[in-house]
Amino acid sequence: MKHTTALATVASAKDRFARATEEPARAGSVVLRPPRVPHAAPVPPRGAAARLKRWFRLNKGTIRAILLGMLSIGLFIALWHVLTVNRMSVYVRFVNVPSPEQVLESAEQAFASGRFFDHIVISCRRILIGFSIATLVAVPLGLLMGRYKLLREVVFPVSEVMRPIPAIAWVPMAIMLWPTNEESIVFITFLGSFFPILINTLHGMSTVDEVLVRAARCLGAREAATFREVYFPAALPQIFTGLTVGMGVAWVSLIAAEMISGQFGIGYFTWESYSLVQYSDIALGMICIGVLGLASSFAIRAVGRIVTPWATRH
Amino acid sequence: MSASAKKGLIEVSDFCLSYETLDGAMSAVEDADLLVRPGEFVSIIGPSGCGKSTLLNAVAGFLKPTRGTVTVDGEAVKGPGADRGMVFQQYSLFPWKTVRENVEFGLKMRGVSADERKRSARTLLGLAGLSQFEDQYPDRLSGGMKQRVGIVRALATGPRVLLLDEPFGALDAQTRQIMQQILTNLWERLEISVLFVTHDIDEAIFLSDRIYVMTARPGSIKAEVTVPLPRPRDSTLQLSPEFLGLRAELGALIREESLKAMGGELNADALKGLAINLNGANLSDVI
Repeated sequence: MKHTTALATVASAKDRFARATEEPARAGSVVLRPPRVPHAAPVPPRGAAARLKRWFRLNKGTIRAILLGMLSIGLFIALWHVLTVNRMSVYVRFVNVPSPEQVLESAEQAFASGRFFDHIVISCRRILIGFSIATLVAVPLGLLMGRYKLLREVVFPVSEVMRPIPAIAWVPMAIMLWPTNEESIVFITFLGSFFPILINTLHGMSTVDEVLVRAARCLGAREAATFREVYFPAALPQIFTGLTVGMGVAWVSLIAAEMISGQFGIGYFTWESYSLVQYSDIALGMICIGVLGLASSFAIRAVGRIVTPWATRH
Repeated sequence: MSASAKKGLIEVSDFCLSYETLDGAMSAVEDADLLVRPGEFVSIIGPSGCGKSTLLNAVAGFLKPTRGTVTVDGEAVKGPGADRGMVFQQYSLFPWKTVRENVEFGLKMRGVSADERKRSARTLLGLAGLSQFEDQYPDRLSGGMKQRVGIVRALATGPRVLLLDEPFGALDAQTRQIMQQILTNLWERLEISVLFVTHDIDEAIFLSDRIYVMTARPGSIKAEVTVPLPRPRDSTLQLSPEFLGLRAELGALIREESLKAMGGELNADALKGLAINLNGANLSDVI
């Protein structure tokens, strides 16, 4: 068509639209617009300063979150400072509560002597042993229970009855069961993390997409290979959820056990400080427990991200 | 290549499959017979719920017939195996494996060395135009690409037959046409038998040498239609009088069964009556 070639020289989109609407198209006719002349891509300014500016703009959300996080922790410490330095007492009594400065001072002293560090090492070792054994038992058991109905039907009722019992309630029983104090504390740590790991592994197994199993069978996978190549990786993200939750419960259980029956450990240290009227050490112990719990959860999430790269959201 | 050298003969005879319920046995498929000759492209179409996927799953080895036999190259099907590649309606790529690892899976199961696996997978991915995506995880791919990888994965072990269960059902119309072309190209190159389940009449005609039409549940074979259209086929074929004629014929057969499947009271006359009523009156008056 003649007018199509005439239109081909048109440059701007506005112009193209105007031409196209000039004369109404006949019903059923196809009116081709001339090809669009692409805009030149804007050349970003080069140089370190410009790049830095762009980096800030692109990471605005993250930077804001970090700044706000620091601000909120700062405000918390400031409030703590005001409440304790002025020994305020509004029904809740801050009279004997140590101030942040006192806690910092006792932290300096504590880290200078090796004893405090020993408490931390002992607690971490108990967590590591109890949590590792729980992982090594609960994950395979959960995988097998998820795959074999008979095993699930036999084990599940027992686990459901045991699960609501808090690990702390096991302390007297654990002391009777195990020959040494150390073993009973590790046992309680193990129990605390065992059930969250087991339940999450089981849940992970129940969400395995059946079509993936069938696909694997069609490609010649037998039982062992299907387990290794399909069930296990499919359940892995959920297993890591269980490990993260289990780690949290392991710390809760460990501190309770150490407070009741320990001679060492950060939980024992915190309780002992109360008995010895060293109030600033109570806060120090608590902060240490918080930091250690946070760090171990972070570590598990980091490992989880590394071993399940496909599950990382982009 | 002579016909006798080719493999991939599928025979299904006197096939019945029923489920046990409280009210007795419920029949899904009754007395179905079908045949796929080596190198042939055969489709099964029918109304939804007619048991076409049931038949396919029986050939794949996931379902055992209550009565009758299913054989591939004369051997009775005992369970799923790599000699029968399968492509599913749902995307069934392993999310934890990259595209290439997905394609390598069948060869890995067979114990082929890593180097050799990699080489075969790369060749096949090249054929399907997926080379640049080999290291991606499946969730980065579009639906069409996922299904292409699915097909390539099923072909990687060199199966005698390829079974496809509405593989393009979730794709948009344009992607679907391109996928049909790709499947045809692969089938022509690899000379294997294909059994293809779909509810799309155009798709069945465009792809197949022969089409089986199934009845409503309990499903059995209602008709067998040979597609006389020459190959290679392209999309312009869909406007030819032969194509449109076949389409009308198959459409009528399926429509009859679909109405049956929707229940006795909804017959063709009832539908006509409904349309006339609505033409005359306001919709709010009718309701």
